[in-house]
Amino acid sequence: MEIILSIILVFMIIGAIYALYARDLLSALISCGIVGYGLVICFLLLQAPDLAIVQIVVETITLIIMIAVILDSSREELKEKKVADPKLSHFNKWYVINAVLVIVCLLVLLYFFKEVTGTLDPLGKHLTRMSAAYVENAAEQTGSANLVTGVVFDFRGYDTLGEATILFTAVIGVLTILRVKGKK
Amino acid sequence: MTAYLLCFVLFLVGLFGVLTKRNIIKIVIGLSIMELSLFLFFALIGYVDKGIAPIIVQNMEKAKFVDPLPQAIVLTAIVIGLATNAMLMAIAIRLYKKYNTFDIRKINSLKG
Amino acid sequence: MTPIVKKVTQLVVGLIFLYGIYIITHGHLTPGGGFAGGAVIAGAFILLVLAYGSDVLKLRKREEDSSVVESTGILIFLALAIAALFIGTGIFFTNYLPKGIIGELISAGTIPLYNIAVGIEVAAALFTIFLALVIYKEEVLK
Repeated sequence: MEIILSIILVFMIIGAIYALYARDLLSALISCGIVGYGLVICFLLLQAPDLAIVQIVVETITLIIMIAVILDSSREELKEKKVADPKLSHFNKWYVINAVLVIVCLLVLLYFFKEVTGTLDPLGKHLTRMSAAYVENAAEQTGSANLVTGVVFDFRGYDTLGEATILFTAVIGVLTILRVKGKK
Repeated sequence: MTAYLLCFVLFLVGLFGVLTKRNIIKIVIGLSIMELSLFLFFALIGYVDKGIAPIIVQNMEKAKFVDPLPQAIVLTAIVIGLATNAMLMAIAIRLYKKYNTFDIRKINSLKG
Repeated sequence: MTPIVKKVTQLVVGLIFLYGIYIITHGHLTPGGGFAGGAVIAGAFILLVLAYGSDVLKLRKREEDSSVVESTGILIFLALAIAALFIGTGIFFTNYLPKGIIGELISAGTIPLYNIAVGIEVAAALFTIFLALVIYKEEVLK
């Protein structure tokens, strides 16, 4: 399982790196779709069918909206103006300082990543300490056969209430930003 | 542990896109990549070896279920990510109308 | 759009809508639920508008109708949650209808009703966002 997941993740990383360096904005958006649809395959391999259905439809709607916005505006990436192009043999001290700072930041992040995942169990040997109570009692106390729906709407109902409010507020925000001023 | 490390690398790619790119659309793409890596991390935490999807069918023997709690957390987070993307694209439309470019270095005139 | 796209849309959009309603109402028996079904129904409407142009649903100049449907959806959700204060144990947002046999269509208390309310709200919200950002932005960009 871990090998298949790692292969799909490598494809997603390649797609993400290309999406940030593409010249044409349309190619960049379609490469962003690679990451989204690869995530759907990962969700199906990790036995989560609810998430796969939501992710595939939401990714399609996101791509439609973003492509429609850039097709009406400019489609190409900005031209990088070469400002006073220094000769590459000119050994600028800022190059060295930049490289050292990047390496130090990466080492700090990797150290904290090792600290955090040192306490995690290896993939698949999850201890289910907190959700043993949810899995045992969800069927009798909520009466639903789908345990994820029982957790979302009964045990964690306030999260769903907050999510409905956030979606409503986002629609109000979009309609307010794009409002055309009425004629007097 | 390899899968966790690759998730972290995907997160760093998205963070690099948000910090260094000058086009607003590239910044939105970077933010979207960061969110997708976090959804995968949550789903990876809850996986149990040879577990099945957490749905009770008639006359089934006792089997190991995959953890349903991280799935419930990710389910609302996906829709919230779409709402955030929609608001960012609305702001991008407004900025394009006013300045006629997507470059953030040229968007610097605060009218008083 | 070309006639092939229009003909295929005409044949398929009713089935997508019906599939979305199936995912919403069987949310407590099979994978799915309110969010997934609502997104699929929004996808059916978006397909219709993309294939036939924006005067197929007789949309008026502003996106008022889908906004009203979305507000109705979230009001139903809140009304069901407040009704828990007066029925049963008197705590906000509990599951107060009787839970039947696990596996039947009518079971699990108020969870199917919450699924329907959230499904209506998510479908109308996604369709309103699509209309505002794709169809009606030409007024802004003129």
